Amino acid sequence: MVKIGVIGIGKMGISHLSILGGNPNVDVVGIADNSQMIMEAIGKYAPFKCYTNHIEMIENERPEAVFVSTPTKYHFSMVKELMVKGIHVFVEKPFCLNSKEGAELVEIANSKKLINQVGYHNKFIGTFSEAKNIIKHGGIGEIVHFSVEMHGPVVIKKKEGTWRSKPNEGGGCLMDYAAHSIDLINNMIGKINTVEGVLIKSIYSKDVEDAVYALLKTENNISGVLNVNWSDETYRKMSTTFTILGTKGKIIVDSTEIKAYVKETIPDSNYFKGWNIYHINDLSEKVDFYLRGEEYSAQVQYFIETLEGKKENNINTFKSAWETDQVIEKIKCYNNTKHA
Amino acid sequence: MHRIIFGDNQFFGVNHVSDEKSRTQSIKFKEDKTILNTIDFALGNGAGAFMCTTHDRISKLNEVIRQDIKMANSLEFYPCLPYAHKYANALTELGVTGTIKEYLPGNILGSFMKGGIAYMKNDYIAMMELLIDAELKMFRNLHTPVIFLQNVITDLLLGLKMKNILKSYHDYIIKKYNAEPGYITMNMPALLNMLEEIGISNPIICSSINIDGFRMSGGKALYENTLKTKNVRGVAMQVLSGGVANPEKSIEYVCSLPKIESILFGASSKENIINTISLIKKYDSKDSLNIESVAV
Repeated sequence: MVKIGVIGIGKMGISHLSILGGNPNVDVVGIADNSQMIMEAIGKYAPFKCYTNHIEMIENERPEAVFVSTPTKYHFSMVKELMVKGIHVFVEKPFCLNSKEGAELVEIANSKKLINQVGYHNKFIGTFSEAKNIIKHGGIGEIVHFSVEMHGPVVIKKKEGTWRSKPNEGGGCLMDYAAHSIDLINNMIGKINTVEGVLIKSIYSKDVEDAVYALLKTENNISGVLNVNWSDETYRKMSTTFTILGTKGKIIVDSTEIKAYVKETIPDSNYFKGWNIYHINDLSEKVDFYLRGEEYSAQVQYFIETLEGKKENNINTFKSAWETDQVIEKIKCYNNTKHA
Repeated sequence: MHRIIFGDNQFFGVNHVSDEKSRTQSIKFKEDKTILNTIDFALGNGAGAFMCTTHDRISKLNEVIRQDIKMANSLEFYPCLPYAHKYANALTELGVTGTIKEYLPGNILGSFMKGGIAYMKNDYIAMMELLIDAELKMFRNLHTPVIFLQNVITDLLLGLKMKNILKSYHDYIIKKYNAEPGYITMNMPALLNMLEEIGISNPIICSSINIDGFRMSGGKALYENTLKTKNVRGVAMQVLSGGVANPEKSIEYVCSLPKIESILFGASSKENIINTISLIKKYDSKDSLNIESVAV
């Protein structure tokens, strides 16, 4: 049994807590949230030890690893605090408010040899990992261009918000939403190192952006377009589509299906000349407890198995999330310079 | 429960294996009349009830259905609550307390008083009852013999081990609505264990059951064994694995399983509705044991 603590019981925290609760190899030793109302509600109806002070929870319950799902502005100090005490950490995305903080956490995690993971769950979606695999093995040849569309109905009217509508606390479409796509580009296509154009728009939000459009280039010199808008109610939920054009074919992939056109059959694979379509039910990892998508359970399962020494700690590491933070920073910087 | 239940996912752009198909469907079903005609067609061709989420569109459709006395009297609804994306998006935007404030029916004086007092006393069960009432208001004067709890909420409560909340839901649906409580889940064997622990025997559980083992947490074998050895009134959903499996083999498989009282399916074309229903009838008639087990 792995002893786990959870700090921050909001939308993601409660989801992690439920998935952890459904895992027979996990003992949730304590949870913490600074909202007394939330802690009382959970304490009253669920069998978890609840704290309004996370330090007390750590000291009393001694978890081996902790899930941090607090607002982004607390990530750096909390994760640092935990790692100094030798505790392994899973932290929600985006990783940190700036790349300086992220660099420090990457350094501590490495020097103390702690298991570290960030909640970019899209990497656990079977369709995206399939696309990555095809690209890696040259299935569509040299990549010529990528185009990423990400839309959803998060902010669809003017109203007062939470920390997610505060630019200095990790709010806004870029850090909260586009981060997923940036992280996937870094992972599937190549690390983005240049930002060549940015348009940032507020549609309903007062202080943060609701849409981000950017021209990006990776270190392997592949360029593409990022098109993200979280104020689009024609989508029922977050929808991310990658179109990747190569010299030997093309891939259109989202979280439900992969459509790959290949000029020639890829040897020893299920990809034959012409169009090939596979769905998530062919590609998703089977999970033992399902809450809201296989990927949410799979990322938690992966963290637990890494703690148990069954898996290598190489997906969604602090380092990869820090690289995503760096791209976010570059997009912001480009935008600020343009308006300066 | 009816053997064949017609679902609503296709009307609201819910498709588990294709985002693209989702969008095409939401365009096709823009007009309420198209939805009503499709429901009418499915029910006229062998489906016994309409299972739907408490989506805003259903509320508007129900207004129209109430005007049609014949349809209102004959149509059986199996509502599923809540429409989870409404709350999930609100949680992202407003946080936990903001969401409660947004959705507790505070504009009605009585509810406000009850809600306000519940909030003060930390009585979340009373608050849940208010939310159930708010969600089910759209079905007033319509038949709702079975009321389901949506899978995101059922499974959240299952993982959090909030047994009392599940029990309170069960009791409240019986007491207030004189209906049978049902549960949608992606973790049928685990949920059944928990419901049995809290004294709910032979519950109505709707879960993915298909030949591919798609969304059957813990594996197909565990599900099959649970159906064979335990008491449950099963409702099979995603029987075609989201619409990509071979229909003939899929229906044959589901019809061969014990304790599957009902089969839920959704389809947007007349052809697919007819095909699915006739396949169910074909394989039901091949398996007389199964027919006996579904006669309730």
